[in-house]
Amino acid sequence: MKPRLNPRLLPVLVTAALLVVLFLTGAIRFDGFGSLRVVLNLFTDNAFLGITAIGMTFVILSGGIDLSVGAVIAFSSVLCAVLIEQQGWHPLLALPVVIACGSLLGLVMGALIHYYAMQPFIVTLAGMFFARSLATILSEQSIPIEHGFYSAVNNFGILLPGRAWFGTGAMALLFIFVLAIWLLHYTRTGGYIYALGGNAQSAALMGVPVGRTRILVYVLSGTLAATGGVVYSFYTASGYALSGVGLELDAIAAVVIGGTLLSGGTGFVWGTLLGVLIMGLIQTWISFDGTLNSWWTKIVIGLLVLVFICLQRWLSHTLEQGKRS
Amino acid sequence: MKAHALLQRCLHSRYFWPLLALALILLANLFISPAFFQVELRDGRLYGSLVDVLNRGTPVALLAIGMSLVIATGGVDLSVGAVIAITGAVCANLITDTDMSLLMIMTLGLLAGLAAGLVNGGLVSYLGIQPIVATLVLMVAGRGIAQLINDGQIITFTHDGFAFLGVGSLLGLPAPVVITVIVLLLVHGLVRFTALGLFIEAVGCNAQASHYAGVPVKGVKLAVYGISGLCAAVAGMIITADIQGADANNAGLWLELDAILAVVIGGAALAGGRFSLVLSVIGVLIIQALSTTILVSGIAPQYNLLIKSLVVIAVLLLQSAVFKRQVSLLWRREAA
Repeated sequence: MKPRLNPRLLPVLVTAALLVVLFLTGAIRFDGFGSLRVVLNLFTDNAFLGITAIGMTFVILSGGIDLSVGAVIAFSSVLCAVLIEQQGWHPLLALPVVIACGSLLGLVMGALIHYYAMQPFIVTLAGMFFARSLATILSEQSIPIEHGFYSAVNNFGILLPGRAWFGTGAMALLFIFVLAIWLLHYTRTGGYIYALGGNAQSAALMGVPVGRTRILVYVLSGTLAATGGVVYSFYTASGYALSGVGLELDAIAAVVIGGTLLSGGTGFVWGTLLGVLIMGLIQTWISFDGTLNSWWTKIVIGLLVLVFICLQRWLSHTLEQGKRS
Repeated sequence: MKAHALLQRCLHSRYFWPLLALALILLANLFISPAFFQVELRDGRLYGSLVDVLNRGTPVALLAIGMSLVIATGGVDLSVGAVIAITGAVCANLITDTDMSLLMIMTLGLLAGLAAGLVNGGLVSYLGIQPIVATLVLMVAGRGIAQLINDGQIITFTHDGFAFLGVGSLLGLPAPVVITVIVLLLVHGLVRFTALGLFIEAVGCNAQASHYAGVPVKGVKLAVYGISGLCAAVAGMIITADIQGADANNAGLWLELDAILAVVIGGAALAGGRFSLVLSVIGVLIIQALSTTILVSGIAPQYNLLIKSLVVIAVLLLQSAVFKRQVSLLWRREAA
């Protein structure tokens, strides 16, 4: 008997194959592309996007959407800067407060969505306006963070052969990635999230605590977006109210490219990580190439999203027909 | 008794809450700055804050007209902001690079919007892709395409005929306001004097049932996204004519969100079904009056989005059945 491949895995495998092909082609075309350094930089440069996209994966798996994440990143980075530089807090005290603010916003949005049966799209849109506005009220100018703790954390890391730097940003991304996989695949809560996204009504009938789970995914997303904002503040060593504009789209695109269905119930966290890496790789490619303009990034990512949704559409169509016959 | 019944009818009319919200915002201006209501006639054109609210609200109002139809079918069109950028780029390049007639330029601009809308509609109706994702494609790629047309530059031009669309005046009103009213009447006529409006609401209530009842579901969906693209193209031309330039990065940025917000504030459910173009336009006026009020009241502009987000949540709460029940329970407990 031939071992049968789970067809739900196919989109993720296509993403993985595309990532490998893209990387190998780049390695052949450009000097220095196929190095450990480029790979690790992918993780470092996209750490904040990756962390946020992991949070978005939970929300989308549950059948919702969170448009507030880009604004939450901006708000968190500005709040970090204000607390540390202007209020004189120690980062170790400021960071938990900042992350708790993200959780709180997620909690409020989740509660509104659940208890008042409001549309996630509109509620998180209001959350986006709210967080972006708070960020600009705190400070319109970019605030540099020059605390010793920041440079210490930024200088911490492991130097690998080929001047490859495995820094704290990449570590944070991998750590949260492992946590997310554990939560989604090895706990009961993870099962609840899938059940909720598959069919909320059946989930409720099966005894899934729908309210708690639905609110939890928005808390998770808010927490991870705030964490992404903290990582971003380390990455840029500053806080700026206009950072992360449109980042929610990148996060959603990464989730879709990673093979997660936007209708909920189907998908994997590691697919999202692959999606983020592909988007990062396209940008690396364009910067290596030098002749292509940055707007090609947008067009290519748009086309990739299109290809993947068509693939998923075709796949679920074939699956349905397979069930019928 | 009769007055009571009339009051009840008013309270339950879906026009009541949006109009009340608009009235409250305008009333607030009476206290903050009475100059808000001054309208004067200068050089055959009306000037004043109220005219300003109408004029600045036109791009979003145009988008909201198309968006109402899309949302009524249970869909959403995220790409309209990018379509504005594409239309602007097409028109600006035609003006600078060719000597086509104004009519031709406008026709091609409209065609660009229609083409974008049909791409969205095709993905949604014929490939069965979720509207959020299908239109996300063009939302992300659209600005890239506009930059490609503009070759990464901001294209500026001088063309009196085209600029009239943005800065001219007709019958004492700014040209954009007149254009928007014409589009509103055209679309209203299209959906209310043909069966299209009924079909749209039927598809939004239950697409499967409509299909069995003989409604051409796919055609209806294709049509609403096409109309949405056309409306976005008109908005794109007005914005481009207003600043006499096409900025692929910033033209119409985030306007799709305002348009969706306006439709929801107007009382439409994102799940689809009943729609009202007039209510959506009232939703736009609420948003625009709010922004202008904040501007003239001297509150720092950073608070604009904060107040907007709180108003949105308040409006959503007022529309929420759960909230109404909670309030009436509280009311009864107080009375007892």
